[in-house]
Amino acid sequence: MVTDVLNALVLIANFVIVPGLAYGSQLALGALGVTLVYSVLRFSNFAHGEMMSFGAMGTVLMTWWLQSQNISLGGLPTALLALPFGILGAIALCLFVDRTVFSYYRRTRSAGVTYLIVSVGVMFAIGGLIRFIIGPKDRVFADGDRFILKARAFKKMTGLSEGLSIKTSQGVTVIAAIIIVALLFWFLNRTKTGKSMRAYSDNEDLALLSGINPERVVMIVWIITGALAAIAGSLYGLDKSYKPFTYLQILLPIFASAIVGGVGSPVGAIAGGFVIAFSELFVTFAYKKVLGYLLPDAIAPSGLMQILSTDYKIAVSFVILVIVLLIRPTGIFSGKTL
Amino acid sequence: MLGAHKTKLLFLAMAVMLAFIGFIQSWNVSLAILNLCLISAIMTLGVNIQWGYAGIVNFGMMGFAALGGVAAVLVAMPPVTAGWEAGGLGIMGGLLAAAITIILGLQAWKRLAGQSRRRYWITALIVVAGYTVSRLLIDPAVSAIESIESAKAGYLGGLGLPILMSWVVGGLLAAAAAYVIGKISLGLRSDYLAIATLGISEILIYIMKNEDWLTRGVKNVNGIPRPVPYEIDLQESMWFVQLAGDLGIATDELSSIVVKLCYAGLFIIVLAGLFWLSETALRSPWGRMMRAIRDNETAARAMGKDVTSRHLQVFVIGSAVIGIAGAMLTTLDGQFTPASYQPLRFTFLIWIMVIVGGSGNNMGSVLGGFIIWFFWIESEPLGLWLISTITATMDDASPLKIHLLESAAHMRLMTMGIVMLLVLRFAPQGLIPEQKR
Repeated sequence: MVTDVLNALVLIANFVIVPGLAYGSQLALGALGVTLVYSVLRFSNFAHGEMMSFGAMGTVLMTWWLQSQNISLGGLPTALLALPFGILGAIALCLFVDRTVFSYYRRTRSAGVTYLIVSVGVMFAIGGLIRFIIGPKDRVFADGDRFILKARAFKKMTGLSEGLSIKTSQGVTVIAAIIIVALLFWFLNRTKTGKSMRAYSDNEDLALLSGINPERVVMIVWIITGALAAIAGSLYGLDKSYKPFTYLQILLPIFASAIVGGVGSPVGAIAGGFVIAFSELFVTFAYKKVLGYLLPDAIAPSGLMQILSTDYKIAVSFVILVIVLLIRPTGIFSGKTL
Repeated sequence: MLGAHKTKLLFLAMAVMLAFIGFIQSWNVSLAILNLCLISAIMTLGVNIQWGYAGIVNFGMMGFAALGGVAAVLVAMPPVTAGWEAGGLGIMGGLLAAAITIILGLQAWKRLAGQSRRRYWITALIVVAGYTVSRLLIDPAVSAIESIESAKAGYLGGLGLPILMSWVVGGLLAAAAAYVIGKISLGLRSDYLAIATLGISEILIYIMKNEDWLTRGVKNVNGIPRPVPYEIDLQESMWFVQLAGDLGIATDELSSIVVKLCYAGLFIIVLAGLFWLSETALRSPWGRMMRAIRDNETAARAMGKDVTSRHLQVFVIGSAVIGIAGAMLTTLDGQFTPASYQPLRFTFLIWIMVIVGGSGNNMGSVLGGFIIWFFWIESEPLGLWLISTITATMDDASPLKIHLLESAAHMRLMTMGIVMLLVLRFAPQGLIPEQKR
């Protein structure tokens, strides 16, 4: 009986909890970037997905070069060594885009809608640039050990009939996300620059009166956004594989995470990321085997016992987005709504 | 001087470019571009009604265009009798249960306002129970339907009516969806509205991709009946062979040109009709009111205008136009492929058309639809030509040259983005600015 319950739990851990933690971390990092841009520059950045993709591309290219030089990190993916290069690339791109495109609309004090449409143009331009440089194909750049914990080893260790496996990329993702989020919160809450950023986001006029330089705040926002985008993009690419098109698809779940958590609230972005990730997985998980362990054989279900078929995985995040917009548009953590 | 004739000159230039392609490449290519230009122009008209007239940001065009495509399938394909016998009853029962659930849920949500905890629980209970009942009814029916001749049918089919009716039905279907979506999301701020419409249209596409009983999903519906003659019939008729002989054109080439011309004729009629309607609406007191709401919502509200329901109205009308264009597109393709509906092509490209052409001006939107579609197609050979010229002096085996030639096709995405940014920055009014009235 106890083993049955344990088996059921391991099954859920293997197919929902572990992938959910990794996917949730990726979404959370992406949503943090969206939320930061929103809270300081006050627009929804449609180009964020492509910024993630650009950063990831930098990491992929550098990884290939390192691999060709036979430099590696042993068991860990070489991409970690290449990540700073991707981050620098994404930061340079963000600053360039801001200088050439967004700064004009800031000067003319344009409406939020204008920014939104401009960011779609930026999305197109970066997307084209990426496909021009690296092409639209699927690229695998993960190396090192594939698993931290293999299903077979877990079975041998515990004697259970269900295995639990943890991919290296999943472990790296979660640990990296924890470090990044800790650093970000330390920066926002403890440093002078971080505080001036929060002040600027809370009340622009008051911040200007107290001598905060807006251009500097904007520059720092783009630097952080670029770094976050590159990290989120590279981790996502490491976990699945790098394909430019998927970064267009992941944009909506990221927006959903930011809005569900409350746009403009960093804590909300993280919470939103995990809410979206886990609901996607819980709703599309087939509970047949779990119920088979928990229920007596006589009433064990014959169907897959899925709430929705796996095909609807991404659609789940849109449904949650729509429900949240309807019931509580400010999100869980009551972000900004103007 | 240029101002008065600018519109005419721009359209003339467009015609010359199409004719140029006709002479250089072939008339078949030129006409194929023209047909899609016409459909794009109708879609841009729809978006212009929403954005140009009323300032509503709709990023969900793809969903409405796909609904038009569904209309083409449901209206024109012959019904699959075996499918209806196997699972028609179950599907209908399940859909009825779902509809009842939604009505009951909404009623409970409304009636229990104020009792926050009971409100959530009772509504959730109704939704879960209703969902379970409708799944229990639909699931067996779906597997029964999908098992019937799954290579050819495996779905319920349509009504077997003339395809042209689907253009109207597509518009109505899109309008109905827009009513629901508008009711839900028009109260939101503009960027939430954009994200919500994009999300909802993705949900619509997901449903079409996965509900095989309705649209065959990713297996696609092929061979949708045509409103115009088939090439093969033309090639076999005596008078046509004679005509081709007289003109000195190969029969197969002439037949496909004639078919494309027939389509173009139908599309031009629809475009002209919709254009006339939108222009009339824009000139009427209704159009004046819409502009007033767009330019200053608060003032319009203070003047007693019902902003919310006007927004809903204009959202529904614009979406209906996009739905019509979607049905026309599926008619032209002769097949419905849910996987081909991507936001890049159907939503953002259309937005570029509106912005480049000139939002708020119907003539501008039509022109934008023509120009952007033309360059979207022709930038591939153009880009290839450009890259070959640049790399002409390079060694043929040089990896850089090979890479550049391979990536030439992706230049168009970047070019479109840059064109859009340049227009927004330096000519936000577009090629043909909105007329001051």
